[in-house]
Amino acid sequence: MNHLVISPIILPAVMAGLTILIARRSISLVRILATGTVIGLIALALYGLGQSQPIPYFLGSWPAPFGIVLVMDHLASLMLLLVACLSAVVLLYAYSSGWDQRGRHFYALFQFQLMGLNGAFLTADAFNLFVFFEVLLIASYGLMVHGGGAERMRAGVQYVAFNLVGSTLFLFALAVIYNVTGTLNMADISEKLPLLAEGDAGLVRAAAVMLMMVFAVKGALVPLQFWLPGTYSVTSGPVAALFAVMTKVGAYAIIRFGTLVFPPSLAVTGTLWGDLLWISAMATIAVGAFGVLSAKRLQLTISFAAIGSMGVVFLAVSDFTPASTAAALYYIIHSTLATALLFLLADMVLTQRKTDDLVQPAPVFAGTGVIGAAFMLGAIAMVGLPPLSGFVAKFMVLDALRDNAAWAWSAVLLGSLVTMVGFARAGSAVFWNADFDAPRLTKKINGISLIPIGALIGMILVLTIYAGPVSDWITLLVQDLYDPSAYILVQRLVTGY
Amino acid sequence: MEALVAILIGAMTASGIYLMLRMRSFPMILGLSLLSYAVNVFLFTAGRLAPGLPPIIDKAAAGYTDPLPQALVLTAIVISFAMTAVLVLMAIGSFLQTGDDRSDTDGAK
Repeated sequence: MNHLVISPIILPAVMAGLTILIARRSISLVRILATGTVIGLIALALYGLGQSQPIPYFLGSWPAPFGIVLVMDHLASLMLLLVACLSAVVLLYAYSSGWDQRGRHFYALFQFQLMGLNGAFLTADAFNLFVFFEVLLIASYGLMVHGGGAERMRAGVQYVAFNLVGSTLFLFALAVIYNVTGTLNMADISEKLPLLAEGDAGLVRAAAVMLMMVFAVKGALVPLQFWLPGTYSVTSGPVAALFAVMTKVGAYAIIRFGTLVFPPSLAVTGTLWGDLLWISAMATIAVGAFGVLSAKRLQLTISFAAIGSMGVVFLAVSDFTPASTAAALYYIIHSTLATALLFLLADMVLTQRKTDDLVQPAPVFAGTGVIGAAFMLGAIAMVGLPPLSGFVAKFMVLDALRDNAAWAWSAVLLGSLVTMVGFARAGSAVFWNADFDAPRLTKKINGISLIPIGALIGMILVLTIYAGPVSDWITLLVQDLYDPSAYILVQRLVTGY
Repeated sequence: MEALVAILIGAMTASGIYLMLRMRSFPMILGLSLLSYAVNVFLFTAGRLAPGLPPIIDKAAAGYTDPLPQALVLTAIVISFAMTAVLVLMAIGSFLQTGDDRSDTDGAK
């Protein structure tokens, strides 16, 4: 068996344990370990991307569907690479800004978070997906309150409670699915569902909708988005930037389940997911856009922009055609990078300006030019103006949703317009509407912190310049998603039990 | 038997949801615990109710009950136990730092 498949889970798990052991001895060693983990994860993701076939990993050598199977396919590897690249940037920023020292066990929690994320992308078993969701959540609870403070704790309790309800719903859905199909292996469920008795159709539909709600909680889909603004706007900058990928786990799970387990061709569920997603996605775009316009703090503005971008992702996902899914995946990569960039910049603003309030003018601060220019680039990418990747991504989404242009185009374009006005307002308030009479804040900007900012801008530029090859490659990947025979075949399912 | 278990799960879920909506951390934690009990029993019934039958191979057995839901319930119990512990700790932390036990963020700045 190819142990490289499970390595993206084992590596951070072992390193997190080591990190806790040596945390008191030497912080530099801890940092080196974390850097090593991330470099290893990037290498493993690239290895996965280079494979022509999905590689299965049978835990404990149990044959599927009796044991748990991990499958490293192109979609999983793409998400692994996205997480690894993002975490490299976030680690560097956490180190340079000193956030890693403002609370305990930052690096251990960070690596457990990576373990949960990677596990969720790799697993091919529905119950195992639940377990990895819990791993990433419990680490995120710790990270969310990193740095402490009353507001963070209060928002943290709400965040935990919301996600616990989501986990309970997940279990209800899995129990129903197991009850009607007798299996939890995703490929096996997809083989069993078309053969179901007529009487079980209602149960399957109920389970499908509950599962969708679980992933919608993760993806901050209206009306299940309430946890996001409170969480993302009060947590520390690097954690918020890492959390930019957390909402994408929900989108990933919906893409995976919507193409493998509940494809539109399945008679029992049909376009049930698409129809529900469609309406909520448009509401999500609206909530995100108006949130951006009305937020009174910079970090809150970006949190709502993150919600709006999930709306666009889900709008593209809801169509469940190869072109729209490809557009959604490209948009996921783009919006993860853009959201992370903006959250890091908001943290720099907070460091330099002492406040990220958009209503009260604050004194002029050092580094306005650099941060302001980077913020403008980030905002352009986020809103979807040319020439950055946001434009390409939104163009792909609009092109894929041509058949439903009246609604989809209006939602995306109007949402972008309102978001643009919101970002223009936020940017002017922070960088131009200064209190010029107050003494200037002369604290120099931290040079090393500019490296992760530059790296993120670089990644967005690469994604823009190589949009053609990247989208061609994603189109190939999506073809495999809509024809999952290879994904199912490599698991060598035992039948007739 | 089926009706009894179904009513039990329904009652626990309903009470759990009601308590959770109280917006105070202690009732909320109780509500989440009730909800997780409900889902544990529900998971258990996913393998169909087969009272008195062994889950592992036995020569004298007349039939078997499905062992997998029992393994799932164990996993779910461990996870919900740990999550409840985390939530209790965070609720205490939040109560000590903010001075009240409200679970909404409306009053916060």
